[in-house]
Amino acid sequence: MKSENNISRRSFLKTMGAAGLAAAGLSACGKGSGDGHSSPEAVPQGQMTYRTNPTTGDRVSILGFGMMRLPSVGGRSAREGNEEIDQEMVNTMVDYALSHGVNYFDTSPAYCQGLSERATGIALGRHPRNSYFIATKLSNFSPSTWSREASLEMYHNSFKELQVDYIDYMLLHAIGQGGMEALHGRYLDNGMLEFLLEERKAGRIRNLGFSYHGDIEVFDYLLSKHDYYKWDFVQIQLNYLDWKYAKAINDRNTDAEYLYGELSKRNIPAVIMEPLLGGRLSDVPDNIVARLKEREPEQSVASWAFRFAGSFPGVLTVLSGMTRMEHLQDNIRTYSPLRALDKQEFAFLQDTATLMMRYKTIPCNDCKYCMPCPYGIDIPGVLLHYNKCLNEGNIPASSQSDNYRKARRAFLIGYDRSVPKLRQASHCIGCNQCSPHCPQSIDIPKELHRIDAYVEKLKRDTL
Amino acid sequence: MLKKIRTALAIIFFAVITLLFLDFTGTLHAWLGWMAKIQFLPAVLAINAGVVIFLVLLTLIFGRLYCSVICPLGIFQDLVSWINGRRSRKARMRFTYSPAKNWLRYGMLVLFIAALLAGIGSFAALLDPYSAYGRIASNLFAPLWQWGSNLLAFFAERIDSYAFYKTEVWLRSLPTFIIAAVTFIVIAVLAWKNGRTWCNTICPVGTVLGFISRFSLFKVRIDAEKCKSCSLCTRACKASCIDYKNHSIDHSRCVDCFDCLDTCTHGAIGWTFRFREKSGNTVTAEDHTGTNTAGLSRRRFLATGAALTAAATIKAQEKKVDGGLAVIEDKEIPDRQTKIVPAGAQSLKNFYQHCTACQLCVSVCPNQVLRPSAGLDTLMQPEMSYERGYCRPECTKCSEVCPAGAIKPVSAEEKSSIQIGHAVWVKENCIPLTDGVKCGNCARHCPTGAIQMVPFRGRHRYRGGREDNTGNDSPEIRIPVINTERCIGCGACENLCPARPFTAIYVEGNMVHGEI
Repeated sequence: MKSENNISRRSFLKTMGAAGLAAAGLSACGKGSGDGHSSPEAVPQGQMTYRTNPTTGDRVSILGFGMMRLPSVGGRSAREGNEEIDQEMVNTMVDYALSHGVNYFDTSPAYCQGLSERATGIALGRHPRNSYFIATKLSNFSPSTWSREASLEMYHNSFKELQVDYIDYMLLHAIGQGGMEALHGRYLDNGMLEFLLEERKAGRIRNLGFSYHGDIEVFDYLLSKHDYYKWDFVQIQLNYLDWKYAKAINDRNTDAEYLYGELSKRNIPAVIMEPLLGGRLSDVPDNIVARLKEREPEQSVASWAFRFAGSFPGVLTVLSGMTRMEHLQDNIRTYSPLRALDKQEFAFLQDTATLMMRYKTIPCNDCKYCMPCPYGIDIPGVLLHYNKCLNEGNIPASSQSDNYRKARRAFLIGYDRSVPKLRQASHCIGCNQCSPHCPQSIDIPKELHRIDAYVEKLKRDTL
Repeated sequence: MLKKIRTALAIIFFAVITLLFLDFTGTLHAWLGWMAKIQFLPAVLAINAGVVIFLVLLTLIFGRLYCSVICPLGIFQDLVSWINGRRSRKARMRFTYSPAKNWLRYGMLVLFIAALLAGIGSFAALLDPYSAYGRIASNLFAPLWQWGSNLLAFFAERIDSYAFYKTEVWLRSLPTFIIAAVTFIVIAVLAWKNGRTWCNTICPVGTVLGFISRFSLFKVRIDAEKCKSCSLCTRACKASCIDYKNHSIDHSRCVDCFDCLDTCTHGAIGWTFRFREKSGNTVTAEDHTGTNTAGLSRRRFLATGAALTAAATIKAQEKKVDGGLAVIEDKEIPDRQTKIVPAGAQSLKNFYQHCTACQLCVSVCPNQVLRPSAGLDTLMQPEMSYERGYCRPECTKCSEVCPAGAIKPVSAEEKSSIQIGHAVWVKENCIPLTDGVKCGNCARHCPTGAIQMVPFRGRHRYRGGREDNTGNDSPEIRIPVINTERCIGCGACENLCPARPFTAIYVEGNMVHGEI
């Protein structure tokens, strides 16, 4: 366990999970009477905030369930490699989400090594079709799937995997990656976008939109054609760090403030992804935890990020890739109902973001789009270990640092624990097949080589 | 009292020497490594005159104290024998006098010396008691220790403690493991039945020290006047060297355990100074019982040798879905023409002449580089290979612990300039040529900067048979070139080369180590 004042939400919930679950179940039955005996861990039912889709009138829960980080057998989010999805747990969590008002489920043919759609279909197929909205994507990234035939096959397969005859929300997946060239290759030249428009007309797609990462030219281009395409929604990355600092973190990315502004100008509902940056806005440095907790001692660190994303009126739903029941419960608590940020709180989070910018964490959200590395490296594993050590103050700047011995041991032993030796950064050959897939535009080989050089210095004791 | 002192010292020595083989962190060796260095054969091979003279003088004055206190294999036998004796008084008093088997022990000694002189270190290593115990400890005890430590690491990880870390337990050499197991069983059985049989029939160190101890100043002696010939001492003597009928003790076999002193109810036995001698002749006899040296057939263990031409099989697959980890194939040991031995060994000849195959260096190697070799001429003596790790620049553990002078002490700075081998490029396996991707991982990790990446100007064929169509001049493809003048043979390139199972760059040993 980390030191007492350093209990992050994730690790706290990890240990308290069972107790919390039991407490939550009990108090949910007993309808907490507010006499001081009700657990702060109680999960309210029937108080979820909803947003209305202006085109279809859908009442969408402000919390959307992202099916990208599904639990695998063994309780981890496929962190340990090639474990299969824990379907029983997925079913339990989907049931729980539905019964607590969550009705938006977002998946893709690419997620979870291509198995997310099937797992989603199995879990949702046990419920009436009109009780939930399904969002999926045309994830034809690989040039071998750019042809019309291959793209159509992927599209039709989604229906089969999801066991549905219509899709509520269909997205062009991660446009902006690969620039205009990829947009042409994937959707324009092969007529797939026209095909999807036809499908919408035929009712097999109820809402058509796109998700965006990367090259802003593509985003601007598609919005400029809004009068023709009539986008029903657009999915963007928005959180209090990316609001004003996305470009500062990586020159190739665009601040969320601009993206959201462009959408609200056109009255297009925004679906929010990465509200928590893959947990990076939950697993934050100690002083940030203290700062947030000082203001809201009973709310989780993560709740701030969710309130931030939900506070914008043009947001239809906020997606969270929830691996653990505790994530789901905490998010339901935050949004039942949503307490929108006031002006001061908004400014407070902006200051927090400014503080966080001083930490040189690598903006990896553990989405695993880069994986599998053909040479076997666990890329997010390496980057997350580095971030973790940075947050815990275990990246000594030199051998003269106060805690050098202790930090060195924690870094090196922890490295071997989180990433097997053969999958560590030293084996990165720099072939650069990963970088084009990174939605955060991280120069992955450069970061891996940098970390490897650092590890080498630690090992040789020449820092 | 004498027995108590002997027991206490023996326990300390035994525990520490065992720990030397178990402690994979290498911390103990800095303080207590000398306990391995005062072992007889290692000291002889290291030409450590001080230690040899000390041991000879110790024996000349006090008798074979070495065998009872310093030798880990001797104490191990005492331990086994003691456990048997715990069962009953009858078991404790199970020994009988037997005459010395001189033809056997001197025969073994002659064979042993001949083997040493002929440079057959592996045969000498079989008989040397310290090495035999080292092999038992490192092959049989160390894995248990590591598993225990890994269990602690498992729990430590769950409470976010860095007190313990996981280590890899692997079988470094099957032949050596089998030899260690057989030695363990044979010696344990012999000790269980007859105490110190091995020490007085096979052990060359025991024979040498036994010869010297005939002339020692202090000896265990029977006062014939007080002796009632009750046979208690004989029945308690695990060395079977007390002939109570003739009131005589064979001092060449007495290991100074002092067990007899306490058993004599008449005060007839004492450990006394030579010049107060009253009676006592050394008795030698020529009877024999068969003891076998553990059915060690001279098996030729095949050196690993698969052809380098085998194609690497990881196929860079096209990415379509997210997540997952590519399967990593195990690396195989390349067919090296010359063995690699650690910096400090000076040359292959020097190394294999001095090495007693005690496995101490193998036990402490933190990078899984050292392992016992399998070839008959160097059986059990270590060699290096890089498929699990490489000889890291900051580590000099093996040279610190070697008691036999096979690996002379070197500092990390010295080591960085000692050429123990040189890297060789294998074109057929090189990833830029087979996969058409940028690599350079060998050059990036070479600690001496001996590898550079240069444009490839030649014809080649990608994996799957696609011919390179950029003609004979494709400057975007870069291949490693090795400056052998700078290469020290540490194996970083080989270990980190992405080609599998055979790497595109590997290290050949140098017969005689060079210097940059």
